[in-house]
Amino acid sequence: MSDVLVDVKNLKQYFPVKTGFFKTLPLKAVDDVSFSIAPGETLGLVGESGCGKTTVGRSILHLYKPTGGEVFFEGEKVTADNIQMMRRKMQMVFQDPYSSLDPRMTVEDIIGEPLDVHKLCSSRSERRERILYLMETVGLNAEHARRYAHEFSGGQRQRIGIARALAAEPKFIVCDEPVSALDVSIQAQVINMFEDLQEKLGIAYLFIAHDLLVVHHISRRIAVMYLGKIVEMAEADEINAHPQHPYTVSLLSAVPIPDPDIARSRKRILLEGDVPSPLKMPSGCAFRTRCRYATEKCAESCPSLTDRGNGHFVACFNQ
Amino acid sequence: MAINMHEYLLDVQDLHTSFFTDSGEVQAVNGVSFHLDPGEILGIVGESGSGKSVTAYSIMRILADTGRIVGGKILYKGDDLASYSEKQMQRFRGKCCSIIFQDPMTSLNPVFTIGSQMREAVVLHTEKRGEEATARVIELLELVGINEPKKRIKQYPFELSGGMRQRVMIAMALACEPDILIADEPTTALDVTIQAQILELIQELQKKLGMAVILVTHDLGVIANMCDNVVVMYGGRICERGTAREIFYHPRHEYTKGLLRSIPNVNNMKTKLVPISGTPINMLCMPKGCAFCTRCDAAMKICLTEVPEELEINEEHRAACWMNVKEAFEEGGDSE
Repeated sequence: MSDVLVDVKNLKQYFPVKTGFFKTLPLKAVDDVSFSIAPGETLGLVGESGCGKTTVGRSILHLYKPTGGEVFFEGEKVTADNIQMMRRKMQMVFQDPYSSLDPRMTVEDIIGEPLDVHKLCSSRSERRERILYLMETVGLNAEHARRYAHEFSGGQRQRIGIARALAAEPKFIVCDEPVSALDVSIQAQVINMFEDLQEKLGIAYLFIAHDLLVVHHISRRIAVMYLGKIVEMAEADEINAHPQHPYTVSLLSAVPIPDPDIARSRKRILLEGDVPSPLKMPSGCAFRTRCRYATEKCAESCPSLTDRGNGHFVACFNQ
Repeated sequence: MAINMHEYLLDVQDLHTSFFTDSGEVQAVNGVSFHLDPGEILGIVGESGSGKSVTAYSIMRILADTGRIVGGKILYKGDDLASYSEKQMQRFRGKCCSIIFQDPMTSLNPVFTIGSQMREAVVLHTEKRGEEATARVIELLELVGINEPKKRIKQYPFELSGGMRQRVMIAMALACEPDILIADEPTTALDVTIQAQILELIQELQKKLGMAVILVTHDLGVIANMCDNVVVMYGGRICERGTAREIFYHPRHEYTKGLLRSIPNVNNMKTKLVPISGTPINMLCMPKGCAFCTRCDAAMKICLTEVPEELEINEEHRAACWMNVKEAFEEGGDSE
């Protein structure tokens, strides 16, 4: 298929966790996740902390070696052998703009590193020109190329991270909570930049975040994760207007809407209790322990993600 | 609103708090005034470095060693807190005014059980001892919706989830039924669904116990959901204050307007965000005039040199922006 850029099939990522002196249990951070992203599209990935959304992003780029499943990029399977090459086309922007930049490197070297690794520049002057161009693209002052990361504010650092991701001219960027560490007034600057870059360069994003308003704003489609599995996936407007999985319903109702009239007229559907430990997953559907509609069937087997029409996928036995 | 000054539960007048650092004096709070009525939920909103938390800490007098209240008054039921001795302050904290912090992971002591930490608060502030104190702890844990409180009091903080820990913090803060609860970013470290639980709990308890709440947060969504009145802070000063509806629907300060434009519009998700340009303010070199003037698109000459006075827009709304003065002037000019 030509309209698929990234195809994730049954991705599994288990981490061994020592639970006793001799005992090790697999922590199923990501369990059988499948989705695809079209060129130039943004897929939003939301869920609460510990649901595995960051791990999905990292496993796609082989920052962790996946336990199972396959990732295809432009029809080609991503393996440990070709990942170096693949990372030219697939890049990542990290959450924390403070720890994801080397404090001993100048901005010039940070942005230039992907160029060096992939040997994209033939001369020093070409390299420098490209770096200055990239800095301008993300709205950084090119005169600051010789400065170190600590001399910049959080928003500017995130711009450096984005310039680094753009350096190798990727077609796909995994954005792992790229704005959650930033102040509200700066968030909008960075979100707009992501949108402008997409328009200009046709880059596809996997946009991982926990702020549902931001995700809804930037994404064409949204996937909701709960305990390592995608429970619902649909067009952004569709999922917000007609959420079908009980988890999505309560997640959306819990989002504080910045509008006093709407906020007060709306009913929150509160979830009882906390997320279960991923080491002691409930049988069947992982959400059943907090679900109001749970039946015996939910405890016996796990519902699979099925299409309910118009590309609206839901993993729930209840209609 | 109360007309008589003494009717305010808490009255903060022209508060100045500074931190004396190696690189100079940082005026974290620079002339902040507001008041709180019994049973009111007041929201203080602003970005990092706006002075919202420092305002809260100044009320409780729990500033870091380098920080000092250098001017202004804080009146509690008409009493000046500055005249309180440290011992009186200790009684004020907990009995009159309690605080919960952002990070429930670090504000609980990891080496003591939940029960013993909560007993400490109960024993310090009430007459209850022994069995009676334990009973009170269990009662408090039940109040904040913790199941199996008898089991929980023997557990350590690390055995509880983030949401549970924040509930314990709230229970502890409520130990002697304070008149005021200050919640400093109470849900920032929590997930959305847990955040909804905690906000619901605070609202419920506020109604049940009739206390006033000062909610300090950067999240406009949380403010819209919870607060009767809102104070917007930037660079240590109050930009604008009023009822939540006034602030959200008729903002009259350029910063508030910018803030509301820079978050996704709930009614139309596809409208492009309008960010506030520039970078957050450096508290060490504040502009001479309005703190926001360096990032304000509508900045005029006077904004750079003169700090704007707070102007009454209507009974429920005040804003400190030169634009309002200009508009008022122009309107006045027309009618003449």
